[in-house]
Amino acid sequence: MHLPEPVSGARILAFGGYQPDNVVTNDDLAQVMDTNDEWIRSRVGIISRRIAGPDETVADMAVAAAGKAIANSGVSPSDIDLVIVATCSTEAPLPNASASVASRLGINAPGAYDLNAACAGFCYGLANASDAVRAGSARHVLVIGSEKMSAWVDPLDRSTRIIFADGAGAAVVGPVADPQDEAGIGPVSWGSAGDIADKIVIKDRDSFLFQEGQAVFRWATTALYPTALDACERAGVQVSDLQAFVPHQANLRIIEALARRIGVPRDRVADDIQYAGNTSSASIPLALARMAERGQLTSGSPVLLMGFGAGMCYAAQVITVP
Amino acid sequence: MALSDQEILKGLGEIVDEIAGVPADEVTPEKSFVDDLDIDSLSMVEIAVAAQDKFGVEIPDDQLKDLKTVQDVVNYVHKNAS
Repeated sequence: MHLPEPVSGARILAFGGYQPDNVVTNDDLAQVMDTNDEWIRSRVGIISRRIAGPDETVADMAVAAAGKAIANSGVSPSDIDLVIVATCSTEAPLPNASASVASRLGINAPGAYDLNAACAGFCYGLANASDAVRAGSARHVLVIGSEKMSAWVDPLDRSTRIIFADGAGAAVVGPVADPQDEAGIGPVSWGSAGDIADKIVIKDRDSFLFQEGQAVFRWATTALYPTALDACERAGVQVSDLQAFVPHQANLRIIEALARRIGVPRDRVADDIQYAGNTSSASIPLALARMAERGQLTSGSPVLLMGFGAGMCYAAQVITVP
Repeated sequence: MALSDQEILKGLGEIVDEIAGVPADEVTPEKSFVDDLDIDSLSMVEIAVAAQDKFGVEIPDDQLKDLKTVQDVVNYVHKNAS
């Protein structure tokens, strides 16, 4: 038996992000439900969010974000041999989003699967992609987080409608050119807490998303920071050396409390949630894409990613900025 | 040695000051967290977590919702401190 030649490391080559055109402000929400701008900003830190059009699908948004990531990477679609779409909000159980997304992007017959680790999905997908490249089972991997959370939120439920939003983000992963120079994608630190899985649920296909906000807040701000520190330790990176901390954009209060626990200064913490809302698995790659566009990330710098959410699944890894 | 109510109140004042920016001397026993100190439910969770670190007393969410005033928390910590 011939085994493929493993490569010493995998790295992110480029990011891409997509947000629907429709901006929904806090004032817009205040007109249809009992809330107001000050209340929303102080509770969750969101100023506006984007909501997909009625006919816009998870796959549509994935294609838009991934198209940009592929263009930014310089990799030809024909060189991509695995496509992973992290999502928990597709319109239907079958077919999966990833195969049709790949086809629409001109990627010929890649391995393709959807991955549900909710808001941790992108970090799980990135870990899978990194391992596939290292093991030689794929040369280039497209990892996408895409969500239409608005389809699963009760329009009358203030506690969720102000938070959740739609969008997509993507990254192209490939082999490191020179293992001496590039740190690439660090080892993942991941886990789950299925014993408290009832804290965030969509009970069945006719139900809306329900979450116990206080319980989730307590879990996220107390149980997760050791995983973030573990990811840094496994990557051999000091917290003080991180250029940025890009956690899942769940709620600005959670993000800030988590960053304090980890010891990352506030000015290095991603706060994309302010204008994107909580887009579940899309929030990390979307934030990365927007930070890269604004010139806030320096090539070669270490950045800590951490996804966490329903399941309750969580995952963290240090990446090197492409 | 068990903490006195005065010591718990002082420690709680420091926690509320740090988390919610309410000066510690305003954290007096009769005050309601929500109505008088303008502290919301998420800050209450942060206060509960900090109180656990400081006093070694866990305040679960289902107990936390019944602790309305500063004195309620002082009593809870006093009663449950080992």
